[in-house]
Amino acid sequence: MPKININGKEIEFEPGMTILQACEIAGAEIPRFCYHERLSIAGNCRMCLVEMDKSRKPIASCAMPAAEGMNIKTNTEMVEKARKGVMEFLLANHPLDCPVCDQGGECDLQDQSLYYGVDKSRFSENKRYVSEKYMGPLIKTQMTRCIHCTRCVRFATEVAGVPEIGAIGRGENMEITTYLEKSMESELSGNVIDLCPVGALTSKPYAFSARPWELKKTESIDVLDAVGSNIRVDTYGWEVKRILPRLNEDINEEWISDKTRYSCDGLLKQRLDTPYIKKNNKLIKCSWDEALDVIIKKLNETEISNIAGHMGDLVSLETTLAFKKFFELLGSKNLEFREKKFYINSEDKMNYLFNSSINGIEKSDLILLVGCNPRHEATILNARIRKAFKNNKTPIFSVGNPGDQTYEYKIIGDNTQTIKDIIEEKHEFNEVFNTAKKPLIIIGESALELNSGGFIFEELKNFLYQKKLINEKWNALNILIQNASTVGALDLKIHIKDKNNYEFFDNIENNKFKLLYLLNSDNLKFEKNDEFVIYQGSHGDRGAEIADVILPSAAYTEENGLYQNLEGRVQECRKASYPAGEALESWKVLNKLTNAYKNKNLFNSFNTLRNEALEKVVNFESLNKLPKYKNPSKKVNNNFKNENIHINPIDYYFSNSISRASKVMSECRDIKIKYQKSGTNN
Amino acid sequence: MLKEENKIFKNLYNNHGWELEKAIERDDWKNTKEIISKGKEWIINEIKISELRGRGGAGFSTGMKWSFAPKKVGSRPHYLVINADESEPGTCKDRDILRFEPQKLIEGCLIAGFAVGAHVCYIYIRGEYSFEGQRLQDAINQAYKKNFLGKNACGSGWDFDIHIHYGAGAYICGEETALLESIEGNKGQPRLKPPFPALVGLYGCPTIVNNVETIAVVPTILRRGGKWFASLGRPKNTGTKIFCISGNVNSPCNVEEEMGIPLKELINTYAGGVVGGWENLQAVIPGGSSMPLLPKKICETIKMDFDSLIENKSGLGTAGIVVINKDQDIVSCMARIARFYKHESCGQCTPCREGSGWMWRILNRATKGETTLSDIDLLDDVTKQIEGHTICAFGEGSAWPVQGLLRHFRKEIDKKCSNDPLIKKKKDVPYLVDQHLLEKKNA
Repeated sequence: MPKININGKEIEFEPGMTILQACEIAGAEIPRFCYHERLSIAGNCRMCLVEMDKSRKPIASCAMPAAEGMNIKTNTEMVEKARKGVMEFLLANHPLDCPVCDQGGECDLQDQSLYYGVDKSRFSENKRYVSEKYMGPLIKTQMTRCIHCTRCVRFATEVAGVPEIGAIGRGENMEITTYLEKSMESELSGNVIDLCPVGALTSKPYAFSARPWELKKTESIDVLDAVGSNIRVDTYGWEVKRILPRLNEDINEEWISDKTRYSCDGLLKQRLDTPYIKKNNKLIKCSWDEALDVIIKKLNETEISNIAGHMGDLVSLETTLAFKKFFELLGSKNLEFREKKFYINSEDKMNYLFNSSINGIEKSDLILLVGCNPRHEATILNARIRKAFKNNKTPIFSVGNPGDQTYEYKIIGDNTQTIKDIIEEKHEFNEVFNTAKKPLIIIGESALELNSGGFIFEELKNFLYQKKLINEKWNALNILIQNASTVGALDLKIHIKDKNNYEFFDNIENNKFKLLYLLNSDNLKFEKNDEFVIYQGSHGDRGAEIADVILPSAAYTEENGLYQNLEGRVQECRKASYPAGEALESWKVLNKLTNAYKNKNLFNSFNTLRNEALEKVVNFESLNKLPKYKNPSKKVNNNFKNENIHINPIDYYFSNSISRASKVMSECRDIKIKYQKSGTNN
Repeated sequence: MLKEENKIFKNLYNNHGWELEKAIERDDWKNTKEIISKGKEWIINEIKISELRGRGGAGFSTGMKWSFAPKKVGSRPHYLVINADESEPGTCKDRDILRFEPQKLIEGCLIAGFAVGAHVCYIYIRGEYSFEGQRLQDAINQAYKKNFLGKNACGSGWDFDIHIHYGAGAYICGEETALLESIEGNKGQPRLKPPFPALVGLYGCPTIVNNVETIAVVPTILRRGGKWFASLGRPKNTGTKIFCISGNVNSPCNVEEEMGIPLKELINTYAGGVVGGWENLQAVIPGGSSMPLLPKKICETIKMDFDSLIENKSGLGTAGIVVINKDQDIVSCMARIARFYKHESCGQCTPCREGSGWMWRILNRATKGETTLSDIDLLDDVTKQIEGHTICAFGEGSAWPVQGLLRHFRKEIDKKCSNDPLIKKKKDVPYLVDQHLLEKKNA
């Protein structure tokens, strides 16, 4: 490896590194504003100037590629002077209103001026004022504070794929704006707040509500979609004040979606903080004992085969297991986790995973989307697809029209016949596909929902297996799961296995069930007749509306729990806050119910429950790791039917009970609907 | 004094007509084919022998620049870009070449394009030169008609096309990488270097960017030989140059002269002398507004070429000579220049964006006498904090004129500082204490 001399220290660096990166290896800290690892290099803040031998001027280390034999100094008087000078310029027109700025305490400008700046201002002219720009309900602007690093501009164009932020004007009058001053039409827009090194772009919902040093920070994971983004939950007392991304190169890099970030105000609203019983068609507050009494009475009355349970989208692995154990105790097998009928074959673990892994997207050389809309179904995963498209020019094809995905793709068909043709090697796409070494097929739930969903899945899997694209090194088969609880539920076999796969749905349609236990389940659509509905959950949402008894439980920030993301990674969600009012952790509720019903414990402690759950995870490797590979089992034959592949639209900002309770999410949704109506949305 | 026969731009004053036929009478397009047939190596070598330095301001060796282009054209085409975005205040040489000697430029483009392996040439003309652009387009059309351009241009076997691109009036687009951005349709902001345009330029392809005057002298050099060109002027500062003399002179003009001609001779011979006589001279900006000015004392003896001006802490730049006589307020002249740079800064990098406005504001106050002595020290600091810290040379361009003012006219500007500084006497007393209150009579 080539060598470079930094402050008299000889270090080795990888070819292609910049001087700034080499300095980081050498342990020489370089201040910077515009430079960001994941964005293109702008080199415009000039804070990272260093001295290089044979150069009269200091050079911008972020932009200069390191080369063999360079002699770099970062601690000379010249460098110090340059930094002080640039810092003085940056602060010249900066309002210095730190006491009223939300960025205070986590501001790059504040920190770096402390270390590299001068202690007083010599700028005695009038400061520049820049009018505020409307950037939607999520981003609060105070553009006078802007230091024109253009990180937000680069993020919007490069990562988010919506070139809606830009700089207008020249020189001193340069302003960052969304041009038409409308909200940014991206599900990743919140990340510009983290990127902004100053307080120009701050979080609107979080505005003036806390200071960073007052918050308790808990490292956790997001469960509002199946990606399992790593997050940090900041709480002030009981309240979750904000959610920030946490670095995880394998999953979310350092971005999170707007839903992940801004649904947190939903944790404070519509909460179920006490048990309820329905009397005379009215839900009335009651005590835990009263509620449990009613349930036990009903359980004893109802025939076991008529008792059914459905679990929702936000349930942890432990709670899933407790739920299953509870039903085993009752003797009922009527359990289901799916919200809609879609084909799933739980025989092999690879049948319901994103097997190529999210990192694998960047390694692939062809992507085929089958009936999925990754932009809304798994926003962060879609950001990776865009990254692959942008950096590697990976060609992307789609069967079905998913709409704007922030990257270019080619629609090769919109019906199941197209897939049949591909499998039979009759489609012109096969030529392209056969040249790819590491292709990737992503099958969405919309495709699996079709009558020939089983055919699509099984035949595509067989097709890939025959082509030797399913093996330990590369697995081209990917299912895009939408809910955080789905993979865990499939591992724990929370659904009835029968011939047609949909017995639960048939029974519920035929009104067979007389007692229905909804565990955090709000998205199941069915006609309620005379079923007695027990709802256990955190929010007064669709499930609570039809409930006869409500058992309040914790939301995902209020209890510990394991979740498996769509790749099959088991990750830990940690308790950051406490359940509201009299609510209990979900597994505690089930234990309490068993205690009252059978006078015994469902399990002894949370740890035993967790260990038991982990034992049941199929092909489990270790926490945060991908599951082990196992060869697929025999092919299942399914009937083919020619149908149109219609990708079910997702109400992105309203997809779960927490988001639906969030005021911010509903504002976002209103704006989106307004744009769609006005026709300005493409 | 330059002999008439050694003049390259014989039609600088349009005495002979600009049209192609007239240009051919002046030996343009004469044996172009033979020149090209001698090959790239010979052309570049001949230019190296001539020691031609870029006429756009930086004075970089042209032969050297051409040799940076990859020797063989790879998968990406090469481009030649002509910088006709002549926006430097005090400079109007390219304008007269475009109007009166367009065929010299066009012929130069063909030869230079051949030398660097480019089949396409873009001429970036500033938006304000709409008449000049039309004239150049007419000239290009005439050349096409004669098959001097297009397929098998001039019978040389080399295909060559020229396109004109109009700018929108931004000074910064004269910076070569900002110019490339502008041609590509982006906001005119300089790019980071390296990579240099010779390797990654227009649309990511190898691109050579040259000034109009540089390219326009190329055919004559090749026709008469690099040695002839090198015999004019002095070593490393060879050849002839168009000087644009403006300001407080009796007859402002463009004139082609030998490099290294004394400034005094230039002004007195061609521009009719300084208004009010030589003794009334206050200062001269020797190379367009971005070069530091020279006081009368230096102007007496200075020779106009790259190196002797650099020795005197100024620069030849574009050779736009602006004469300022004693009737002018030098501080307000410089404040006006600072305002120009504040207005034209692209805003990309911090020092120039924030510093150019700061300098203008201080100078503006200085003209009104609202500064303190410490403000002038601050001004000096600001110029030094801009210089060398920016992405492009615009930073220096805005800081140097002010530095020149402070270097040579510090007394003038100090005289204007009438504001009472709060901190004056004791340096060890903290700056927050109003020192005048410490004295008994004020207490």
